Amino acid sequence: MSSAAAPAKPAVRRTLRRRKFTSNLMIALTCVAALLATLPLILILTQLLRLGATSVNWTFFTHMPVPAGESGGGMANAIAGTVMIVAMASVIGLPVGIGAGLYLAERGSARLATSVRFLSDVLNGMPSIVLGIFAWQLLVRPFKHFSALAGGVALAAMMIPLVTRTTEEMIRLVPVATREAALALGYSKWRTSLSVVLRTALPGIVTGSLVAVARIAGETAPLLFTALGNPFWSLSPTRPIAALPLQIYSYAISPYDDQHAQAWAGALVLIALVLVISLAARFATRSKFGTGGD
Amino acid sequence: MTDGAIGPATPATPLSGASARRRSRIDVSVGGDRIYGWLTTAFALIVPILLGAIAWAVFRAGWPALHRFGISFFTESDWDPVHDRFGAAPAVYGTIVSSAIAIVLATPLAVGVAIFLSEFAPPRVRQPIAFLVDLLAAIPSVVYGLWGILVFVPFLREHVMSFIRDTLHLGGLPFFSGPAYGPSMLAAGCILAIMILPYISAVTREVLLAVPRSQREAALALGATRWEMIWDAVLPYARSGIIGGIILGLGRALGETMAVTMVIGNAHDISASLFAPGYTMASLIANEFTEATNELHVSSLMAVGAGLFIVTVIVNVIARWLVWRTARGKSI
Amino acid sequence: MAPAVIERVVPIATTAELEAGAPACVATESLSASFGSARAVRDVSFSVNSGQVTAIIGPSGCGKSTLLRCLNRMHETVPGARVEGVVRFEGRNIYAPGVSAIGVRRHIGMVFQRPTPFPTMSIRDNVAAGLKILPRADRPSKHETDAVVEDALRRAALWDEVKDRLDASAIALSGGQQQRLCIARALATSPTVLLLDEPTASLDPISTQKVEELVYELKSQLTVIIVTHNMQQAARISDRTAFLLAGELIEYAATNTIFTTPSDPRTEAYVTGRFG
Repeated sequence: MSSAAAPAKPAVRRTLRRRKFTSNLMIALTCVAALLATLPLILILTQLLRLGATSVNWTFFTHMPVPAGESGGGMANAIAGTVMIVAMASVIGLPVGIGAGLYLAERGSARLATSVRFLSDVLNGMPSIVLGIFAWQLLVRPFKHFSALAGGVALAAMMIPLVTRTTEEMIRLVPVATREAALALGYSKWRTSLSVVLRTALPGIVTGSLVAVARIAGETAPLLFTALGNPFWSLSPTRPIAALPLQIYSYAISPYDDQHAQAWAGALVLIALVLVISLAARFATRSKFGTGGD
Repeated sequence: MTDGAIGPATPATPLSGASARRRSRIDVSVGGDRIYGWLTTAFALIVPILLGAIAWAVFRAGWPALHRFGISFFTESDWDPVHDRFGAAPAVYGTIVSSAIAIVLATPLAVGVAIFLSEFAPPRVRQPIAFLVDLLAAIPSVVYGLWGILVFVPFLREHVMSFIRDTLHLGGLPFFSGPAYGPSMLAAGCILAIMILPYISAVTREVLLAVPRSQREAALALGATRWEMIWDAVLPYARSGIIGGIILGLGRALGETMAVTMVIGNAHDISASLFAPGYTMASLIANEFTEATNELHVSSLMAVGAGLFIVTVIVNVIARWLVWRTARGKSI
Repeated sequence: MAPAVIERVVPIATTAELEAGAPACVATESLSASFGSARAVRDVSFSVNSGQVTAIIGPSGCGKSTLLRCLNRMHETVPGARVEGVVRFEGRNIYAPGVSAIGVRRHIGMVFQRPTPFPTMSIRDNVAAGLKILPRADRPSKHETDAVVEDALRRAALWDEVKDRLDASAIALSGGQQQRLCIARALATSPTVLLLDEPTASLDPISTQKVEELVYELKSQLTVIIVTHNMQQAARISDRTAFLLAGELIEYAATNTIFTTPSDPRTEAYVTGRFG
């Protein structure tokens, strides 16, 4: 090259060094970001374990809440209440979600289908408290009392877009060849969709459904003015009902330490519940035949 | 009868014997197809119907207040149940500010994590860290609130706020002025940041992974450092998707209720100070509903809900449109 | 019911009788098929007699698979697909209004290019899949079903390899075994016609050979139409061959004729390897 290159070289080298330094610095910063991002989770989980584990005992699962200052209280009614509300929500939310998911996967490009998919996404982003208002206006106000059913409906409204989306994705994953093989055998369209395609996609749909269940099990806001909470044992769908997240909330904002301890215990149980359901979802996707035939 | 013999066939005869019998049953299946079609369509239609019902319910509940106060409901800041005066401006202000803090804090972290995971992380580290970050989204809001109110807020009060005020001597700034009891806009913003981080991170990761290898390789071949490759070649390509993810996170932050109501202090105040308590629209509804004194009070809370409904719909539509646009751009 | 099921496939007329004018098993008249506005099959007319193996050959994209799929009304399952013309099965137009596609497909079976066993079903359930959906009056009992499954697997030359693990997952089988499973599945419903769409394209040579032997044996029991891009395969196993080019039927004659003394120069160019 030209002799002018000689004096330029140190400058280029300096720039290169600077660029490399910047690059390494930014890479280090992203590592820091990764650490910082995982820090809250670790903090919260360890604190949860530390403060909650001591209060989680047999009494916790079998006894009712007691007034502040007394010992020996539990959250039996809240745990049962959560199970009940989630079950009610699933009874409504799962069939609708799976049906809608089937529709979207099979009529994907029709104009109605794109609108439904879009609106489902909008529904997905709806704040859960607005869903609570909806259920309140629909099911609490006309009847003048709070009910477990209203809570179930609010949670179902939350569940539907979640299940719809995962069902659609899972059905789309089934290869066209499987569908065609059934059609070529003389299966009618509905039989193909249900006995063959849905069946093939079932593990994924079950996973998606369980994830949705885990999500709504932890929701509090929609229950604030629907299920309301209940200090007593009640499993009636038309009466207010206790729920684990509600109980945690009311104990957390109370001024009493022993109720705070109960709140930690409740939170630990709630997280454990969510984890167990997620693990069950993972378990469901294992093929019933295991790996490799016989 | 069931011979199915392939005998001489004239155009007029039906298909062989057994299939003629079969055929009459087959018509029933075609009916089955139609019923199946109607059923799935009906289930799918529940989604728009539900959305419409929610809109109806929220506006119906809030109508008395909206009718009485009009648009000034959202601009007046006087919230006085005793005198039947309701102005939700503090809640609107708080929603904007807390969400803004959350976005400002969460975005660099989330994008940083996403870049780390998709570009630099060794494979053995990638899985666990991605899992941990995604797990943040699985923690229920009330648990964040519990941790917030019993652990984080005291920590903020005793260490962060006093540090900023006394050690850094920034107490003179309007942002850090006034009493600092703990529950505050800052606390809400921080907790919201933690809650929306996994959403922004997940979308960013997805979008980064979708950038074609050729873009990266072209930049490296031109002599770019690894960071330059990311900044100049990868990020611009993924930009609208990332922005879509940020707006998605914003949508989440706007609607977050429990964690916010437990750490924001629940006060009808508009204050420049981040250390001051406040309200967000969602936390206002959650906090005051059980104590609502009269019909107008309840209706006002519901009207706030209606405002929240509209805002989140708009934000979500924008977010989806942006993500949709990136997806389309990718395929072109 | 198993013996009756087999008896449904009655002995086929001899070639001599056929050439004496017995009606064709499958025949097309001016058949055209398109995907949206793109024409894949143009005005094809030919007829296939029972008891024969007919091969359809041609270069990639010439429309042979589309043509095959028109014969059992599978083409219309693709959104935007259209069929014009007439396809006669035993004299009756299968596209006439009022004729159910499902009914047609129960008489005309199909095996696809890639093996497609139903992933959630066992080997036994896969083979019996076509029987489960028969109308109640025709549906065999469990005992009869097992007999039909065994028979179908034997005909597909798969029985010995799977007889001890009929309840194992079908996807645990090798590619060649899966394809023979699909053939068994198609045979279990005793179709009159079997359509094979490049059945050995994804198989190894040994499995290919087994399938070809199978096709040759099936000849006496049902009518086979096979699409193949492997000319040697067509020459080995078929009685008549149709050559398709750009959706048009160029030549249709006895296999021997097509490969030794074709009348159309395009046919000659293809079979001698000058293009395709």
